[in-house]
Amino acid sequence: MRMIIKGGRVIDPGNIDGVRDILIEDGIITQIEENIIDYNQDKTDSCEIIDASGLIVVPGLIDMHVHLREPGHEYKETIKSGSLAAARGGFTAICPMPNTNPVNDNRQVTEFILTKAAEADAVRVYPVAGISKGLNGNRLSEYGELKDAGVIAVSDDGKPVNNSLLMRRAMEYAKGFGLPVISHCEDLELAADGVMNEGPVSTRMGLAGIPNAAESVMVMRDISLCELTGSALHIAHVSTSESVHAIRDAKERGVAVTAETAPHYFTLIDESVYDYNTSAKMNPPLRSSEDRESILKGLKDGTIDVIATDHAPHSALEKDVEFNNSANGIIGLETSLPLSLRLVENGTLSIEQLIDKMSGNPARILGLDNGIKVGKTADITIIDTENTFIVNASEFLSLGRNTPFDGWELKGRAVFTIVGGRIVFKDK
Amino acid sequence: MQFEKKDILDMESLSADEINLILDTADKMKEISDRSIKKVPTLRGKTMVLFFYEPSTRTRLSFDIAAKRLSADSLSLSATASSTVKGETLVDTARNLEAMRPDVIVIRHPMAGAPHMIAKMVSTSVINAGDGMHAHPSQSLLDIMTVREKKGSLDGLRVAIIGDISHSRVARSNIAGFSKLGANVILSGPPTMIPKGIEALGASVVYNINDAISGADVVMMLRIQKERQKSFLFPSEREYARFYGLSADKLKNAKEDVLIMHPGPLNRGVEIAPDVADGPHSIILEQVTNGVAIRMAMFYLLSGGVRNADDN
Repeated sequence: MRMIIKGGRVIDPGNIDGVRDILIEDGIITQIEENIIDYNQDKTDSCEIIDASGLIVVPGLIDMHVHLREPGHEYKETIKSGSLAAARGGFTAICPMPNTNPVNDNRQVTEFILTKAAEADAVRVYPVAGISKGLNGNRLSEYGELKDAGVIAVSDDGKPVNNSLLMRRAMEYAKGFGLPVISHCEDLELAADGVMNEGPVSTRMGLAGIPNAAESVMVMRDISLCELTGSALHIAHVSTSESVHAIRDAKERGVAVTAETAPHYFTLIDESVYDYNTSAKMNPPLRSSEDRESILKGLKDGTIDVIATDHAPHSALEKDVEFNNSANGIIGLETSLPLSLRLVENGTLSIEQLIDKMSGNPARILGLDNGIKVGKTADITIIDTENTFIVNASEFLSLGRNTPFDGWELKGRAVFTIVGGRIVFKDK
Repeated sequence: MQFEKKDILDMESLSADEINLILDTADKMKEISDRSIKKVPTLRGKTMVLFFYEPSTRTRLSFDIAAKRLSADSLSLSATASSTVKGETLVDTARNLEAMRPDVIVIRHPMAGAPHMIAKMVSTSVINAGDGMHAHPSQSLLDIMTVREKKGSLDGLRVAIIGDISHSRVARSNIAGFSKLGANVILSGPPTMIPKGIEALGASVVYNINDAISGADVVMMLRIQKERQKSFLFPSEREYARFYGLSADKLKNAKEDVLIMHPGPLNRGVEIAPDVADGPHSIILEQVTNGVAIRMAMFYLLSGGVRNADDN
């Protein structure tokens, strides 16, 4: 099986930037040249030609923070629907969080996820297992066994690890297996019964607020534990200015901390919640415009390494209810790339920085081998940066429709998603 | 002037003209309650559903009496008696109510925005009788009516609202309502109870309650809820009463003709001393009386009472 991606601008930051043809044979990149002739044309072995002229060709995008809801909540999303949504969004790999039912804290659930992912036959699925058994914060999960089963990181995402000693031990123990610890930073007592950002908007709406400090005090604790243990710590879904400052300071001191934010935190602010819009309800909540500015600065100066979606599908059962009763979370797989490309369009990031944040950096943090080089597996995303379209949630491949971006006009999207040399998504 | 809105959900969405129209209508309605036969046929054949997801005595009774004085049929549901306990969603409940063709749905709900959600869903008029910490427009309207009766106008009045502003829908609605009609609203209470950015609603904040009371034309005390001690908002009722409760002594710095208000129910001896609550400046019970008139006016304006009256 052979494929040539012809005439695209190939960008693999630090490696290539230029118009190249890429030859892929049996899923492996075998040649990257300015003009590859299909020398095998006469033979029966057919060669697929992808005309990528005017398009950019980048290493496959990785979303290191998604919720696929299977097992347990298949009416919200399945591993298959989530994988197809990821492929449509330009992702070649995704990392589902363990807060399923049952929780992914054992080999059986990890293997179930991997089996379902293989059946879905779309993108690569690298499961994240619980830091603690049952995500209860009482006992460590069996990281050795889980790593052996195919887990790529540990996280209690959705919940913080309240017990600082358990968090310390998790970081130390995970280091022994080379697993990064992904932390959901939230002080539950400070967050109390809050349902949105604490500030003038929550005051006006009469909704209980979640202060910025509910996130940043835990970010600071985990940075201290990271310094203590020397383990790899990754801070999930950074939403506040104070967290960005804490992470920047830590990095300057040489602490091995990395961080992600989600497109909604650099695109929206808490005013999106006006009118009690449950499609803008998530945890951590949308913050103030000052926080959004800080997030953008953090992305620009490298404090924030990764853009991840925190794709959190819910059905109308959880969202068409009173704001207080509504579940937290929005979907993101099919809007992440176009929303992130706006940062390139408006000059916040270079295209290289963006690719690093959506591919190179998550690969480095997770220890994945990604990139457009001869000899590497052909996980490639082809992007049309000029394609303007209206977001239509009813067409999503995700089962979720809970997005605040429905009806938005966006520019730029994936037109081909290639995993192991196979096209898993092709734009009509 | 006609009232054009389908719903009355909060004071922020009402214009000063609309507020005045409701007040003027209520002024006319008030006399009906003084008659020996307290009933007019104006809303005969109209159906008012009072849906209370939260306990309430005063507000619910007041809406019920208001409907009956206008000859409307009113029926009252509470969350425990409704199908909510069977797991029906608010949306389904609202749609089912609408299918029975009431003219006005009055809803009280512990969650902010619930009445707004229902209002969007149904073509029936919706009155918010209190949603979480968000809004309580009928309370604000009756408060404004009572002050207007006493003072003639709200323009330039100094109105102090004191207590747990954070958790108070009455405070939020009154900041919006009083400031729209030209009053200066000053908020006070322990800083734990003053929410971030409240000034943006049209009020100023002082932490010393004597500064708030000084020169005030109106002092409105808010009910303090004992369970708030659990979230560390104040240490004890004793300490609260001493520093934030309204006593005759603290009232000395107010204007001579100051009005004392409270949305009820009272915690005598905590946020308000009994002698102040029962004293000559208190208009607390007049607030309750005017509540009926305000709610009559709301029903009248929302259910096409003007046209109905012509038919009669």
